[in-house]
Amino acid sequence: MSGNAKKAVRNKPEKIVSREGNTEIHAQTAGSKAVKIVLITISVLFLFVMLVMPLITVIYEAFRKGVIPYFEAISDPDTLSALLLTLEATAFAVVINTVFGVFAAWAISKFRFRGKKLLVTLIDLPVTVSPIIAGLIFVLTFGRQSALYPLLEELDFMVVYAVPGIILATVFVTFPFISREILPVLEAQGTDEEEAAALMGAKGFAIFRTITLPHIKWALLYGIVLCAARAMGEFGAVSVLSGHLRGKTVTLPLQVEILFGDNKFMPAFAVSSILVVLAIVILIVRSIVEYIGKRRGEK
Amino acid sequence: MKRNKRIIPGFGISMGITLALLGIMVLIPLASLVVFTAKMDLADIVKVITRPRVLASFEVSLITALIASLINAVMGVVLAWVLVRYDFPGKRILDGMIELPFALPTAVAGISLTSLYADTGWIGGIFAGMGIKIAYTRIGITIALIFIGIPFVVRTVQPVLEKLDPLYEEAAGILGASRTRTFLTVILPELRPAIFTGFGLAFGRCLGEYGSVVFIAGNQPYETEITPLIIMSELQEYDYSSATAIALVMLAAAFLILFLVNLVQIRSTKILNGGH
Repeated sequence: MSGNAKKAVRNKPEKIVSREGNTEIHAQTAGSKAVKIVLITISVLFLFVMLVMPLITVIYEAFRKGVIPYFEAISDPDTLSALLLTLEATAFAVVINTVFGVFAAWAISKFRFRGKKLLVTLIDLPVTVSPIIAGLIFVLTFGRQSALYPLLEELDFMVVYAVPGIILATVFVTFPFISREILPVLEAQGTDEEEAAALMGAKGFAIFRTITLPHIKWALLYGIVLCAARAMGEFGAVSVLSGHLRGKTVTLPLQVEILFGDNKFMPAFAVSSILVVLAIVILIVRSIVEYIGKRRGEK
Repeated sequence: MKRNKRIIPGFGISMGITLALLGIMVLIPLASLVVFTAKMDLADIVKVITRPRVLASFEVSLITALIASLINAVMGVVLAWVLVRYDFPGKRILDGMIELPFALPTAVAGISLTSLYADTGWIGGIFAGMGIKIAYTRIGITIALIFIGIPFVVRTVQPVLEKLDPLYEEAAGILGASRTRTFLTVILPELRPAIFTGFGLAFGRCLGEYGSVVFIAGNQPYETEITPLIIMSELQEYDYSSATAIALVMLAAAFLILFLVNLVQIRSTKILNGGH
């Protein structure tokens, strides 16, 4: 490239300005190549130390004593019941937040109303507060000093240090995850297509299914994946509400904590490895969804 | 008049479901915090939050979150730059990896970083040889917070950098500015709102972070005890008033950060949309 350019300049010696410009750019590319190598090296090293090494550590520690102890550790009854509870809480979070996310995104993007900004802010609130505070507000709502407590006691429905509390905390911390993914897509799409369909007499659900859903399906899928990931991994808020009753109110991340606290390092990492695999699956799904989204955007 | 403009059906039902779920899941629990706070005495709140141990935890949380977010601000710009401006093998993997701290459960990150940076760990061992302890010190807390905060600045700076018109850089280059000068005077000012937004989001997240920090922190009162951990221990002792009082300080800090970020974000969105 630069060779050709030089030749071109030599053939036209009258263009002195452009020649100067060329050497200038040439010197820059040599300098910026060094910068490029340095910056890429820094980035790769940083991410390797901060992100890849922790992952390698989990897998290494999990299989440190071999494959059989590993499978013994993850088939421990407490671990299995923790897995079940985690899946239960995750299912609740995904279903409730999908319903909420779709309706909220529809309401916010397709209609004009007062207080829209406030509504959006309130929806985002759960991810801006510390997970410990998320746990605290449910303790204050349903705990012993709450006005609701006598009623709950009569119904024999315990929330704090029980499964409902864990589910509530999980739904809370993932509350905006799905609406947040759909909303920008719907807002970018505008309301013209839905308006046209409505004017032609289509019913609400038909409009949603045939017009809106095809636009948002990838965003919705990605939102569900994110929501599930965070729900499975939630630690702080669930920790506050759990009470750590083994086999009863312990989720997978809490099981990791308990095992680690008991100095059972290998089993703790074995249980963690399940969550690491899930995390990697999520990242791959994210990349695929983003790739498809970009390709469709280019068309 | 406005009502007539709503051609698309479903406003009532979607708004109803939205508000009902928002009310049950978010507003009622938050209201109970307000109700509980209203019953407390201001003097008691002040007494709780000025306890030396609580003040020390504010200091630990603030300093470690600040250092971690500053490091992430710098590294975030470097990473975003590398991902937007350069092509190299493995770039897609690097890009996909950035989100790992969001996908990996914090407790897993916590125990993994702890064993990595403990004196017997792969990285901790190297530093222990030089006489530097990382796990169970404030350095360890900072490392866990760097891990948690990596995606924020990268993901706010990346889109701005992608949309930045290379015309201005070229102009600066042709006018004789060095690469460094072009970066500092042409590119950096455009990125500043995005960097600040990412920094603010990371800082807010770091202040409230619990899972990844508790394992590596060592949790020594006055030394390595973070504020969320104090709230946690007050709750375990059923001291709801103290827990709430400390939580209020954290909430105030979180909202202040959010407010500042929103102010700056308005500017950032303008750049994204191509206007000034």
